[in-house]
Amino acid sequence: MAQGEIVAGCLAPHPPHLVYAENPEQNEPVAEGGWEQLRWGYERLRESLKGVDYDAIVILSPHWQTYVGTHFLGLENFQSLSVDPVFPNLFRYHYDMNVDIELAKQIHDKADEAGLAVRMMTNPDFRVDYGTITTGHMFRPEWDKPLVVISSNRSRAYYSVEVMQEMMIELGRVTREAILESGKKVVVLASNSLSHRHFTTESEIPEDMSKEHITSHAMHLWDMRIIDYMKSGQCQRIIDEMPEFTEQAIAETDGGAFTWLLSTLEVPDYPAILHGYGTIIGTGNAIVEWPVYQHKEA
Amino acid sequence: MTGGGIVESFVVPVHPHTVLAPEQNDGWGKLRQAYDDAAQIIKDSKADLLIIYSTTWPSIIDHQLISDPNPEWVMVDHDFHELGSIHYSLNIDAQFAAMWNNENHARGLQSRCVNYRGFPIDVGSVVALTLLNPDNKIPAVIVSSNVYADRSETTVLAKACKELVRKTGRRAVAITAMSLSNRMFTEHINPEDDRIHSLKDDEWNRKILEFLEAGRLEDVGQLSRTIQQQIRVQKVVNFKPMWWLSAMNDNRNNLTGKVLAYEAIHGAGCAVVNLNPAQSGFGNKEYDEDDVEVYSGERGVLDTTKPAEIESSEGPALWDPTEAEGSVNTKSAPKPVGAYPHARKVGDLIYLSGVGPRQPKTNEIPGGPIHDSDGNALDYDIRAQTQAVIDNIARILEEAGSSINNVLDVTSFLIDMDRDFQGYNEVWAETLGKVGPTRTTLAIRALPTPIAVEMKVIASI
Repeated sequence: MAQGEIVAGCLAPHPPHLVYAENPEQNEPVAEGGWEQLRWGYERLRESLKGVDYDAIVILSPHWQTYVGTHFLGLENFQSLSVDPVFPNLFRYHYDMNVDIELAKQIHDKADEAGLAVRMMTNPDFRVDYGTITTGHMFRPEWDKPLVVISSNRSRAYYSVEVMQEMMIELGRVTREAILESGKKVVVLASNSLSHRHFTTESEIPEDMSKEHITSHAMHLWDMRIIDYMKSGQCQRIIDEMPEFTEQAIAETDGGAFTWLLSTLEVPDYPAILHGYGTIIGTGNAIVEWPVYQHKEA
Repeated sequence: MTGGGIVESFVVPVHPHTVLAPEQNDGWGKLRQAYDDAAQIIKDSKADLLIIYSTTWPSIIDHQLISDPNPEWVMVDHDFHELGSIHYSLNIDAQFAAMWNNENHARGLQSRCVNYRGFPIDVGSVVALTLLNPDNKIPAVIVSSNVYADRSETTVLAKACKELVRKTGRRAVAITAMSLSNRMFTEHINPEDDRIHSLKDDEWNRKILEFLEAGRLEDVGQLSRTIQQQIRVQKVVNFKPMWWLSAMNDNRNNLTGKVLAYEAIHGAGCAVVNLNPAQSGFGNKEYDEDDVEVYSGERGVLDTTKPAEIESSEGPALWDPTEAEGSVNTKSAPKPVGAYPHARKVGDLIYLSGVGPRQPKTNEIPGGPIHDSDGNALDYDIRAQTQAVIDNIARILEEAGSSINNVLDVTSFLIDMDRDFQGYNEVWAETLGKVGPTRTTLAIRALPTPIAVEMKVIASI
């Protein structure tokens, strides 16, 4: 069997506003558009990966929050209605997604061997979190590739950013190992925003872009700093500054997805492609691709 | 008055073990038994409304209220999915939820009703209502816990609800779905190995329960920030439920408390506690925080103009109430239209300045103004205006340490006796008429603001 590979890694944020603004048939509410900078960013990401062949998508979503270890979706198919508990007016999405159980179990087993607390989720009534669905839809609206869905262990809340990073670096390492051993070509997605201070009010028309902006200048400076590191291939500096970034920008990196992503990519030292940046109810969001397929070892 | 009020209060745990696996661990079974005992207490109380403040429903944009009359779905816990599924079909008082939402807005709070098929009712609410209301006979309302809300906002949320309970004459049970210490084991454990995560957490939990057993709810509320730092996992949700529950119980320290059970669920401190409004032997409240009625904090992030504190550009200027010996003033009553206080105490009596229906902070007139800015007559609702007058009177008297039940004498002024007397009289009969003060009703040509009714009150302290 040929060795598997990670063909690309992406920062692919999940605010449900993006799906809402796209008006897909799966989503009940109807919008007049909005958040185009980010939606165009997703378009560019999809275009960038159009010619790249892969078998599965692995997502770590901050909105499947688990406190007792890390969990993996463990059934072949999930279908239901996902209603965002925070923005139910925007996101009521009928989903039908397939899971690569084999790969999920391989990552699970590797993580278990490495001493991480893990569990397969096999309850058929389980509703998949809206973060996974939003990222899944925006990344590949055809839903024609099986997914591996990994929960967000809240070790940052229980311990510290440092402990979270230790665990997520380890989870990223075993994720990579499992993918390489699987013989499959995989895209890995971290479904998180950058700075994450929300507005606490919503405009009468949610997609009214005259009301959209970053919550504060400090948040903007942090987001630009992290984006500069990504664009210039300095991901180790992101890892190094993650505690300050997470704390000061109230960043959604607290869910561990970003650290995990960088670890699966072995902390890239080559430039990432920034496909888009924009704010959603005040939070900072970047759509970023690490084109691993362009950096294969000879 | 109408006799509505909080007849019982409860603290209950949120995890699904009490529903799905009480037999797997002795402590989980004891919590389940306590839940069943609580359900019996509620039944015996003849309550007609359950009000749930759930810490497992965090919200960002305002507080949210379930207003789907019958939410149905299957709930699976994100962590404990292996225990199984809980099918729920809840009986929600959508009308009360809508009224609470309106009352919140009148008090400067952001809130909204949620009525969407398939909305995921949170685990804490599902567990609480499954066990406390097993036959679904008592209608319920559920409110989220806003992640950014501070104490003043949480307090106003409770006061808006409590006021509505009073107005509607409901016999309500206030319930917080919450853990005490919320640090769970971060690894999977066998049920028989469950215990409180640490000795330190256990000690803090027992101190909290000691206070609650003594009816000292407000003291726990004042310790909330410390408790959050000591035994709560940060950035989940602040330890706010005690703020809400205390405000629902008039921030008292002399309730009658009973701990029905205290056990661990996967390391978290879980308790079923009953708080009855009957006074226990402990002292009255020692409430040293800002006792707000209307929220005026930072919420209008998107607005270029300040939404609250509307200084009316029409009609007379609004004044800050004057201060003098014995004067009683409150932000929960509308600002005066001249240099006078809301009320003044003399001996055992309290004299109120004329009270109209204008709303505190917003200056809005329930039932509508009697004319527009050009003087054109408008249709208005005298019943709504009369009720608003009486609500304002009640707030001023409560600020003075008195109550609406102590009103002795009322002089009412109507600007249109023929049109309005009947509606005014009906509201009176349902409210002050049951208290029994003497009354004189006069027709006058006009009042300083576009209102149809005003009352002058004398009450005892």
